[in-house]
Amino acid sequence: MQLTGAQALIKSLEMQGVDVMFGLPGGAILPVYDPIIDSSIRHILVRHEQGAGHMAEGYAAVTGKPGVAMVTSGPGATNIVTPLANAYMDSTPLVVVSGQVATGSIGTDAFQECDITGVTMGITKHNWLIKDVDDIPRVVAAAFHVATTGRPGPVLIDFPKDIANATMEWYWPSSVDELDLPGYHPVTEGDPALVRRAAELMRDAHRPVLYVGGGVLKARAADALRALAERTGIPVVTTLMARGAFPDSHPQSLGMPGMHGHYTAVTAMQRSDLLISLGARFDDRVTGKISAFAPEAKIIHVDIDPAELGKVRTPDVGIAGDCRLVIGELLSALDAHADAPVTGNLEPWWAQIHEWQERFPLHYDHAEGGAIKPQMVVEQLRDAAPSDAIVVAGVGQHQMWASQYWQFDYPYTWVNSGGAGTMGFAVPASIGAKVGRPDRTVWAIDGDGCFQMTAQELVTATAEQIPVKIAILNNAYLGMVRQWQEMFYEERYSEVYLSPDLPDYVKWAEAMGCVGIRAESPEDVAPAIEKANSIDDRPVVVDFRTDAFEKVFPMVAAGQSNDDIVVHPDQAARAR
Amino acid sequence: MSPAQLSALQGEKAAQPRHHILSVLVENKAGVLSRVAGLFSRRGFNIYSLAVAPTDENEHFSRITIVVDVESAPLEQVIMQLDKLINVVSIGELSPSEAVERELLLVTVDVGPTERSQVIQLVDVFGGEVVSVGSDRLTVMLAGRPEKIDDFEGLLEQYTVVELQRTGRVALPKLDRH
Repeated sequence: MQLTGAQALIKSLEMQGVDVMFGLPGGAILPVYDPIIDSSIRHILVRHEQGAGHMAEGYAAVTGKPGVAMVTSGPGATNIVTPLANAYMDSTPLVVVSGQVATGSIGTDAFQECDITGVTMGITKHNWLIKDVDDIPRVVAAAFHVATTGRPGPVLIDFPKDIANATMEWYWPSSVDELDLPGYHPVTEGDPALVRRAAELMRDAHRPVLYVGGGVLKARAADALRALAERTGIPVVTTLMARGAFPDSHPQSLGMPGMHGHYTAVTAMQRSDLLISLGARFDDRVTGKISAFAPEAKIIHVDIDPAELGKVRTPDVGIAGDCRLVIGELLSALDAHADAPVTGNLEPWWAQIHEWQERFPLHYDHAEGGAIKPQMVVEQLRDAAPSDAIVVAGVGQHQMWASQYWQFDYPYTWVNSGGAGTMGFAVPASIGAKVGRPDRTVWAIDGDGCFQMTAQELVTATAEQIPVKIAILNNAYLGMVRQWQEMFYEERYSEVYLSPDLPDYVKWAEAMGCVGIRAESPEDVAPAIEKANSIDDRPVVVDFRTDAFEKVFPMVAAGQSNDDIVVHPDQAARAR
Repeated sequence: MSPAQLSALQGEKAAQPRHHILSVLVENKAGVLSRVAGLFSRRGFNIYSLAVAPTDENEHFSRITIVVDVESAPLEQVIMQLDKLINVVSIGELSPSEAVERELLLVTVDVGPTERSQVIQLVDVFGGEVVSVGSDRLTVMLAGRPEKIDDFEGLLEQYTVVELQRTGRVALPKLDRH
């Protein structure tokens, strides 16, 4: 069967089981858009290529399948650089196809030419420039294989226009061996000797903590984790990337560690004598000052990426492997000595943990009247939403409040930009999430600063009938920066004020075909949420005018030790 | 880094080598050198020298010999990060004591009538070769252990060196003798 390169590309995507892709056409990718008309793949036309990338990320986060985006050359390709960088930091499987000028024009500064494989080399797991039409099926299959196996990540295929127009005899690689990847051998199972050693360390531990990262979700290991936690009785913290990997309602859950983590999660790690890190990477936002982090803890570090073991902190036992498989091996190792205790006596440890939980729960000032408290909005959104609703956040204060005050009881219900901290992530990512899980309620909890960066994708949502719900915690500021300026720059506020009503978010929402709702006082919050929840035929935007002076607590200031965690001023006063 | 700086560094650290040699087999594909070099720069690893050439007749694979500063990052971290590059097939780690290392030097020297024979004599002593002769210049070639090249280079400093080019070292493991 003779196919054009463009047809071969689309057919290859179909062979990979792609059911939806996000994109925007242009000159160099034009030939590829023709066979899309006849394809089974749903194409969602975005308004800006960054939107396509974040939608693909949101889709990938909730489905576990790779997100697919397609853009044209030059500015089309550079506009998707931010999503690639974001997906690289958060290990999200993404396949981006970019158009490229014809092979004969490469290097001549042709119209809309950009060396996008060069630009994205450091922010993709791998990328390919196709120079031979016969390579298309093999490269597409290799791209999906690389994006989804081992530590997942984004890949890019750069696709010159003349390759799209050339013809080839169709084939499809029948096995991984045909993908021409002689240097790619991702590890899967952990070394049994190291797993036994880890089990021994657990047996000796009296203050252990399971430090759970996004790798547990990537490995689809939530059930295995729960079995391990319940078998051992060890407390569990879930990082920002792992919210939902272990139920917040579980008595062993301590919540989120890190700069704005729960006091108990931060402090338990800090006092621990054994951290069992599963798919986490000792990020600076979790460890605080690294030299002062968990000084008495031995470290078991399980990660599918061997380069993470010892990158930040040298583990006592480092196990390269898939979290689901290694947890299974750990459980077997514990069972091998069924009569021996699996840990030291944890009773004093739990007593200490419960004391912390009682003294320092999450807290904010519920003062009656006055402005809407952003934390209260998150609580009411949470209580009015189905327990399996998907929550998507941008980056900043609202993201931290969403992570703190939502109750995550199911995996893949939390989507956010963790490593890269990409403002503007929430609107497009929520659209992608809703496309991936149309059966679920999808709430984006966004800030006013973030919303203004990518709001135009709500036009896409309306046009494509993707009924997401957007809650803007509108404090009229770039709130997290404002908080730092208040705390660390003597209240010298530099370039952080945005205005509560410029733009008018309700009118803007309506102009984009959404329902716009405004809540200006605490009494408005519940009715606004009720109205938003009653609409399921179009996107809804709720403009919550929140208290501009509210700060996120607890907080570990940048570069400080986690010992110096700052709790809410009310709690600090009581503790004194 | 200039060869002079390099030799100064090596001299200063002679007792305790702060470099390690990585022999990296890569797919011979467009951009692979850029991927390796880019990884080193973005992870903050320092390279002393780097040499690359195809290893097989079909030119499917190349070998990159990299001399790495092991004080800028632990060697294991450098290896693990390199291994993540899809085009990297295998990585051999060669400590200086377990490897045979060679490097090649080309140097052009200004020579007057008296200096000409001195330089030729020096080249002979070191087992080098005169590869180009001009009316008042000589270009000579020397291959050998990097320390020998350093030595030769040092001795040339009393003459006027016009141009000097070192290849960076290539290395393979020393063979076992049973």
